[in-house]
Amino acid sequence: MTPQMSPDTVNRMPNEAVEAAQPATTGEQPKLRSCKLNFYYGSFQALHDISLDIHANKVTALIGPSGCGKSTFLRTLNRMNETVKGSRAEGEILLDSENILEMEVSQLRRRVGMVFQRPNPFPKSIFDNVAYGPGINNMVRKSEMAERVERSLRRAALWDEVKDKLHKSAFDLSGGQQQRLCIARALAVDPEVLLLDEPCSALDPIATAKIEELLFQIKDACTLVIVTHNMQQAARVADNTGFFLMGRLIEFDNTDVIFKNPKMKATEDYITGRFG
Amino acid sequence: MKTKLSFRRKAVNAVMLSITGIFTMLAVGLLFFILGYLFVQGGFSLNWNFFTKLPAPVGESGGGMANALLGSAKVLLLATCIGVPIGFLAGIYLAEYAPPAFASTVRFVTDLLNGVPSIVVGIFAYAIIVQGIRVGFSTLAGGVALGVMMIPIALRSTEEFLMAVPGSLREGAMALGATKSRTIATVVVPAAIRGLISGMMLNLARVAGETAPLLFTALGNQFWSPGWRQPTATLPAMIYEYAKAPYEDWHRQAWAAGFVLLTLVLLVNITARSIVARGFAHKSR
Repeated sequence: MTPQMSPDTVNRMPNEAVEAAQPATTGEQPKLRSCKLNFYYGSFQALHDISLDIHANKVTALIGPSGCGKSTFLRTLNRMNETVKGSRAEGEILLDSENILEMEVSQLRRRVGMVFQRPNPFPKSIFDNVAYGPGINNMVRKSEMAERVERSLRRAALWDEVKDKLHKSAFDLSGGQQQRLCIARALAVDPEVLLLDEPCSALDPIATAKIEELLFQIKDACTLVIVTHNMQQAARVADNTGFFLMGRLIEFDNTDVIFKNPKMKATEDYITGRFG
Repeated sequence: MKTKLSFRRKAVNAVMLSITGIFTMLAVGLLFFILGYLFVQGGFSLNWNFFTKLPAPVGESGGGMANALLGSAKVLLLATCIGVPIGFLAGIYLAEYAPPAFASTVRFVTDLLNGVPSIVVGIFAYAIIVQGIRVGFSTLAGGVALGVMMIPIALRSTEEFLMAVPGSLREGAMALGATKSRTIATVVVPAAIRGLISGMMLNLARVAGETAPLLFTALGNQFWSPGWRQPTATLPAMIYEYAKAPYEDWHRQAWAAGFVLLTLVLLVNITARSIVARGFAHKSR
């Protein structure tokens, strides 16, 4: 394995070259664009010079071995990393050509939502979980809240399972239901982008399948970025896939290209299970 | 040889088991012994008058401790109003905002404050409230003394219960656009609320029996104490006074007061613990 050679090759490649590899989206302005992003935890550099375009209403998957920086990159997109002491980001991330590193952070996070690795419903009722986001952001009047909650739960394909117990504790739900509740909660504030950090890693295959199916439905209204350890999952759900290794973006292309015809040796080695 | 060894082992085991067992029984039995003893000594002189009547003048038998019950309630209410907000807000700061080095300093100082003998806290309240701002012996002074005693535990228990709230909940709220203060108010504190309430109740139960700081702050009173600036009777101070008096009837009243005080404290303790227990049952589901 010689990962050292590949990153440099990619980094020297101009941004256009990466974009040119995605014929389906050329010409459109990307929803999110990362430009020469470096990220540090104290003196440790976790991300090196990441340049990547995330296109609207597409699913973008980030894959790579543990510790490669894919989660760090994801968490930089809504600045969740900031809570880590001594962390620092350099470069630009543009959300509709507005630099998120200079935006008001709670405003950014309302527009760029997040679903975490483990379901993390609040210890409140199912209804209150979904109503939380619209409530704190004063997005809807009280009389419209029930409608907003129903709509969000429907979008997360959970409504039929919970409509009779909206005021029961969210902890009464199964793990997969809890994760869909968290997706509903995130969707309730109408985010433009939804970041998913290994959303299925704590779930069984059936619950996973439900969530994957759900991603297809919500990408019409929302741009999705998903970090996953599961390559089959990336192959199933993603339009574009980026491969990370040791803090660098090695290759970013259409999912088909990445999985069937990767340009980089390191990508191919990882995809075929030679390391990782 | 082999059987001998195993016999010795069994014997040692049996002895250890019985010794530790007996001492455990002793520790557990002590509470029931105290409770029973108090009841036997004072339970019979406990009647409705105890809760409704003023203390009888010297020489007369009967009477009650209604003024001390109300006095204790007022002192504890005031103590709660002082100790709980200070401890709660400082605990939030410590758990959620304070830089680690500063937090450990505060923790250390708070533990020292917790270790200050209660009589010293009493002297402090005496110097500041009774003499310093010339309020005199009063409910106010007693409340301040007990309130100061409540601060360290209120602070530490708030901090501990907030730290026990998983970070994933904070992230979940912040990922929805909640600011830090909003996250604390709407997610972290509600998630810890059972623990917080029970922590405050245990804290209250702990200071409810404090006597020393009340002796020269609330002082004592044979009559009703109308406001906050007059000396007032309190249950623990009344027990102290009645127990050392040379009258048989007063001794029985002191036992009765002790029984009432202990029962109230136990009730608060049990309620607080059942609140926490229900909280955990809720979580694990």
